[in-house]
Amino acid sequence: MIQKQEAQKIAKLARIKLTEKEIKKFQKELSAILDYIKTLNEVDVSRIEPTFHASEDFIDKKTLMRPDKSESQPEEVVDELIKSAPDKKARHIKVKAIFQ
Amino acid sequence: MNNLTITKAHKGLKKKEFSAVELTTFFLNKIKEQDKKIFSYITVSDELALSQAKEIDKKIAKKQDLPILAGVPMAVKDIISVKGLKNTCASKILKDYIAPYDATCIEKLKELGAVILGKTNLDEFAMGSSTENSAFSVTKNPCDLKKVPGGSSGGSAAAVAADLCCYSLGSDTGGSIRQPASFCGVVGLKPSYGAISRYGLVAFASSLDQIGPIAKTVEDAQIVFNAIAGKDPKDSTSVELRIKNYELRIKDLKIGIPEEYFIKGIDPEVEKIIKQAISQAEKEGAKLFEISLPHTKYALAVYYIIMPSEASANLARYDGIKYGLSKSGNKSLLDVYLESRGQGFGKEVKRRIMLGTYALSAGYYDAYYLKAQKVRTLIKQDFENAFKKVDAIFTPTSPFPAFKIGEKIANPLSMYLSDVFTVSVNLAGLPALSAPVGFTKAKLPVGLQIIGKPFEDNKILEISKIYDK
Repeated sequence: MIQKQEAQKIAKLARIKLTEKEIKKFQKELSAILDYIKTLNEVDVSRIEPTFHASEDFIDKKTLMRPDKSESQPEEVVDELIKSAPDKKARHIKVKAIFQ
Repeated sequence: MNNLTITKAHKGLKKKEFSAVELTTFFLNKIKEQDKKIFSYITVSDELALSQAKEIDKKIAKKQDLPILAGVPMAVKDIISVKGLKNTCASKILKDYIAPYDATCIEKLKELGAVILGKTNLDEFAMGSSTENSAFSVTKNPCDLKKVPGGSSGGSAAAVAADLCCYSLGSDTGGSIRQPASFCGVVGLKPSYGAISRYGLVAFASSLDQIGPIAKTVEDAQIVFNAIAGKDPKDSTSVELRIKNYELRIKDLKIGIPEEYFIKGIDPEVEKIIKQAISQAEKEGAKLFEISLPHTKYALAVYYIIMPSEASANLARYDGIKYGLSKSGNKSLLDVYLESRGQGFGKEVKRRIMLGTYALSAGYYDAYYLKAQKVRTLIKQDFENAFKKVDAIFTPTSPFPAFKIGEKIANPLSMYLSDVFTVSVNLAGLPALSAPVGFTKAKLPVGLQIIGKPFEDNKILEISKIYDK
């Protein structure tokens, strides 16, 4: 069983505020899922390479990378993007102060 | 204008049996009348749809060339960006978010004259197998309103099954197109990983996600697939299709039947219907081979490490600052994150982010994530070995037909088990289609899953046409 403290630590890493009730529930549920996942312990993978990307063999490596250039967007797209921000001032997105 | 496939709608428009505006209005009215009891749509885009339809009518009047998708009304899962429409992902955190651009697949469909009726319901951020995890409402299965439509593309499958659009787009990370297609009795294709650009699809688990069509016939699914497939500079994992045409000679067709997919726990009625469908292919001349995919039993465990890990990283972008729900008061930056995410995400999304964060946290990476990626290699190799002997693999899409609303929602693990036959395909990047092949005594549809080699999407589509008749 995942300890309460550990569940709280994960929640903080995940940047999610959880209630006491939610923490308790996740302790139980995550433990059940992790128990299920334990079946992987039976599998010997000592000589197996990981697959991070299933279609890797099919991708043309020459065209995979593009030049690291920024593509500027039309003004109206920029305006739309700024409009989406919950807190803004003129054409700037406001963020809380990070230094006290 | 009821029950129109793409091909029938196209013929009707060409022969001027109805105009594009008439056809669109017909669907918009039908949605208004009938979707209250199904809730397949989150947003209905009357204005956009009618303006697109008017453009098509102008083309018809000028006797211009009419692409097959022109003027044909369709629906889009509410996780694929359509410029100017809300893209909620069925989440409170994106409730009022408006997409500032089109996904590449939408751009392609718009160029071909598609008419977009609206955005369909889903499990929040595509996380779920029943569409019960939507922050807005539960979608009902049109075949039986007490049952779930499957998920996560439940709205897209239900809208097609209830004839509230001609076809729709869904996305599939672990079965999210195929399982709802199976539950609702329609055709759903999960293309090869990389066949369709993911640009504009809100990222969930990036190494597994694919966009794909849900349609009334295999023929329709193929039309949509070929219209939106191809390399896109905006998605570096996308690939140009090599096989665009494939001629099926059923006498040469070798079908593999994996023993691991006919196990205890599968509904006996489902098993019977699937076996009948398989023998239908045999009667038409295909040869059957018993095969083994020995690592199948580990697929779900692998999936439930890789998927939440990738999701926890992808969903870090919802921070309450750039867009979406923001809760803060007068507190610190950290509080903005904690509060916005704590209040904005639903239960299942929180659960998966927590699981992924745990699996990726210091000290656990090798034991969980890396280990899972290695077992994934074994699962992929199982398929590679099988495909040395056979052209396609036939399995049930789901071990059971649509279940009752509320039946599994309280127990996450039992809900996860409904993906047991679909997740391997995503892990291995293969194309797979669910075709409706029969009904249970309770009149619930059953889907046959047809799995192909990488980028042989058109081949499995041709094979699946056996079941279009």
